[in-house]
Amino acid sequence: MQDGTLSHAEAPGIPALAVERVSHSYGQRKALDDVSFSVPQGSFTALLGPNGAGKSTLFSLVTRLFNVRHGAIHILGFDLNGEPGEALRRLGVVFQARTLDLDLSISQNLIYHAALHGLPASAARTRIGEILATSELRTRLKEKARNLSGGQLRSIEIVRAFMHRPRLILLDEPTVGLDIRSRAAILAEVRRLVKEEGVSVLWATHLIDEIDPADRVIVLHQGTVRAEGPVPEVVAAERAKSIGDAFTRLTGLSVRAEGLEEVRP
Amino acid sequence: MSDTTLERTGAAPMRRGFPLSAYLICAGGIVWREALRFIHQRERFVSALVRPLLWLFIFAAGFRQVLGVSIIAPYQTYILYEVYIAPGLVGMILLFNGMQSSLSMVYDRETGTMKTLLVSPLPRWFLLVAKLFAGVAVGVVQVYVFFAIAWFWEVQPDWLGYLTALPAIVLAGLMLGALGMLLSSLVQQLENFAGVMNFVIFPMYFASSALYPLWRVQESSPLLYRICQFNPFTHAVELIRFALYQQFNGDAFLIVLGCTVLFLGGAIVAYDPARGLISRKRQ
Repeated sequence: MQDGTLSHAEAPGIPALAVERVSHSYGQRKALDDVSFSVPQGSFTALLGPNGAGKSTLFSLVTRLFNVRHGAIHILGFDLNGEPGEALRRLGVVFQARTLDLDLSISQNLIYHAALHGLPASAARTRIGEILATSELRTRLKEKARNLSGGQLRSIEIVRAFMHRPRLILLDEPTVGLDIRSRAAILAEVRRLVKEEGVSVLWATHLIDEIDPADRVIVLHQGTVRAEGPVPEVVAAERAKSIGDAFTRLTGLSVRAEGLEEVRP
Repeated sequence: MSDTTLERTGAAPMRRGFPLSAYLICAGGIVWREALRFIHQRERFVSALVRPLLWLFIFAAGFRQVLGVSIIAPYQTYILYEVYIAPGLVGMILLFNGMQSSLSMVYDRETGTMKTLLVSPLPRWFLLVAKLFAGVAVGVVQVYVFFAIAWFWEVQPDWLGYLTALPAIVLAGLMLGALGMLLSSLVQQLENFAGVMNFVIFPMYFASSALYPLWRVQESSPLLYRICQFNPFTHAVELIRFALYQQFNGDAFLIVLGCTVLFLGGAIVAYDPARGLISRKRQ
């Protein structure tokens, strides 16, 4: 590996994702208000917030579906407005809504996605084999996506996000609508890939039990960041017993098994 | 030091910029997906063919007696009405195909498929142009299948004409596809699209030289004649008509080219996150 090929921006000290003073409004309604946080390289960072906290808006900004009007977003040091191509090629995304083409086969879906990143079909096939080496989905690549269950579709979308070897993966509530077993399987799969490929993850969720004590957490509520840091630190700072407890103290919302809810008076 | 750290975490250093091959693979992938989708939607192909053929078999047969067509450029002899409307029907195929592609863009936006396209690191204008060409490629296939069937219906231009018509068909397809793309950015929901069909496709088709020569129109209504002349679809049809007889209609070419640039530019602006309309919409 030559020094010349290493870009300054990918040095380990630079965060995988840096969100700096970002605000975004839909007309009068402010969805994000002066939001700043970072995802260090190699970390698993959970973005915790109830529905309507601004998570999806934040994702639309980081994936450049919306333009960053106030503030700045850097991916591995590349400014999303200044060098969008360099920033986006280092990013893999799993959107909340299903985005596979149900009429195409699984491998066609994946090869199409690889092509969008400039990867030829042969390289894509190799990569699919690599990621799905231990998965039973490997034998079903020729099947139409329509034949898969919700959990399996999600797994394929995760494979898709990893296809072009991104350095940062964004997942927007990837387990919504899945049963408990599929949820656990998806979470385990992402954690395995993170470990093997050394990528950084931003995992948006409103389910507190998806957070591991070793993770980092960002608490987003009503468009503002209420806390950020390793889980034990956030818990300690709030003098709470658990991350769920800390969350309640930070936001005034109760934590239930099915997610976060407002405390009813 | 940084090298070893990166190697340990499995990071591959990336070079800046994208080679030409990345652009080609990306465009190839977009066309390939469009082709696959087209193959899977056989009904779409059949209905795309049945529509102009109905016009050719039934409408043209009925009008044959009513509407005499005198000798006008590019024709050198008296021609059958079927022969006259064939280029117009080619235009119709391209018009419907262009709107269909844009309809699928609205659908893609609703299902989220559009997001995965737009998250590609390649420039957004390039993605849209590739998408446009993918739609046109599908349209060109439809046109030539139509030509093949129409040949048995006495629409028999010179063999060379089929070749010289190709660039005209592609350019007309690009213009109509770009128009559809621009419209797709303005239409918020799939349900609103029926309105676009009524307010765009039918007026464009009927107020043009597709079904009747413009001098005929001028005789009955000077106003309609002006409208037809301002309709870019008229010029797309004329460009194809002349090219099919191995002639080049310079005015039509410039107008179609200009409109293509205009519509495509508009679509690129509309899909650009910096100025675009999508950021103002709440999905």
